[in-house]
Amino acid sequence: MRFRFTESAIDTEAARRELLDPGAGGYVSFEGWVRDHNEGLEVTRLEYEAFAELALKEGERIVADAVRRFPVKHALCIHRLGVLDLRDMAVWVGVSSVHRGEAFDACRFIIDQVKHRVPIWKKEHYRNGDSGWVNCERCAAGPRHSHDHDAAQFTVSAAPIAVIE
Amino acid sequence: MNDTGNTAPSGQSTAPSGPSTAPSGLNAAPVYGLILAGGSSTRMQRDKAALRYLGEPQLDRAFELASRHLTRVFVSVRPGQAADPTRAQHPLIVDSVAGEGPIVGIRSALAAFPSAAWLVMACDLPFLSAVALSQLLRERDAAALATAFMSAHDGLPEPLCAIWEPAAAAALASYQEAGGRCPRKFLIRHAARLLAPADPRALDNVNTPEEYAKALAAIEPAAIEPIVSGSNMQLKIQYYALMREQAGRSEETLETAAATPADLYGELAARHGFTLSRDQLKVAVNSEFSDWSRPLRAGDAVVFIPPVAGG
Repeated sequence: MRFRFTESAIDTEAARRELLDPGAGGYVSFEGWVRDHNEGLEVTRLEYEAFAELALKEGERIVADAVRRFPVKHALCIHRLGVLDLRDMAVWVGVSSVHRGEAFDACRFIIDQVKHRVPIWKKEHYRNGDSGWVNCERCAAGPRHSHDHDAAQFTVSAAPIAVIE
Repeated sequence: MNDTGNTAPSGQSTAPSGPSTAPSGLNAAPVYGLILAGGSSTRMQRDKAALRYLGEPQLDRAFELASRHLTRVFVSVRPGQAADPTRAQHPLIVDSVAGEGPIVGIRSALAAFPSAAWLVMACDLPFLSAVALSQLLRERDAAALATAFMSAHDGLPEPLCAIWEPAAAAALASYQEAGGRCPRKFLIRHAARLLAPADPRALDNVNTPEEYAKALAAIEPAAIEPIVSGSNMQLKIQYYALMREQAGRSEETLETAAATPADLYGELAARHGFTLSRDQLKVAVNSEFSDWSRPLRAGDAVVFIPPVAGG
């Protein structure tokens, strides 16, 4: 399974080892972290929920598509479910490939597609005591809502990105 | 003018200008559309405006049909209905005169635009056709108080698929003040121009769940089997995230006549008060993304998917 869920902290070191390949000259990863603000509100924690049966199929299709399309050696995406606190890692994507360019592109493709297509929902809890399902409530007024806020919800983590060639 | 005895049956009007030669002469008022959706749907036991055919609420179907023939179309509602999602997306005329029944809606429209005539249509005429509306507009008699079809069943006027002229406003007010409530009786008493419908079925209305099932079977052939057999399908619906919170449960098993996921969402949105409109959602059947118009089968598991937010 190249797309999976976990209810506990993502073990990035174990995940990275799954991508090792003697033919790979580079590895790129992305981590999504829980941030303390979104669209002007102070966020205190997040809750993730998924329609697992379909999400696993759709996630697998995305990763398989990326591996074929760029192409890369291996790719893997792991998503957290349940309650997360600030600084927790919500999602991890790793890609290994012969050269770095495809690895960067495939990694970006996977996280973008996962955010758009996989039936996962995020409830934000705010400092003011309120809470809301992202993309469902505060924007529900617009019927042709695009499902894509493209808010930079996550920062690229400094440490785990390494390119070795 | 003496009656020679060979008057055609269509010559019932006393209009000075022949209605069929000048249906909308220079002085004829413009015709706007009014879809009546203020009824209480008592016999149907659910909101008639939201009943779906081919995946679409019948109110939307009626509105779209009227819009093909008329430049301005409104939906007539009672004051408490203006925010209802099925209705709110259309231009509304909220009842402004006291009383009950369709006359109140017709009078409110005549009051809102006193110089317009109104093609009034009930929202529960699923077979209403372009043929019927064209005939009404073509054979309209602007000098009569109204132009209406004769019922194929009893020959009496059909007030809820008819053109009401501006001059009807005063007469309707007097009629209502005198205690009258029935628009059909009003048309019988007053000089209405009556037409033999070219498409008699267009005026069949649907008031009960049984009539709805029959109309659905006629309009959506794929739905015949589950409905005619009288055994509604059993479906399993699972809810996630916002839908779960609004439904107050994570799943339910349901007996339903809904033929498609679109029908089913209409039914459940009304029951659970879902705030998301269908075009904000995707739907999955048996754990795979599905089209909204896919025919449902007994035992199917349906999930409505609100806007996702992974990552």
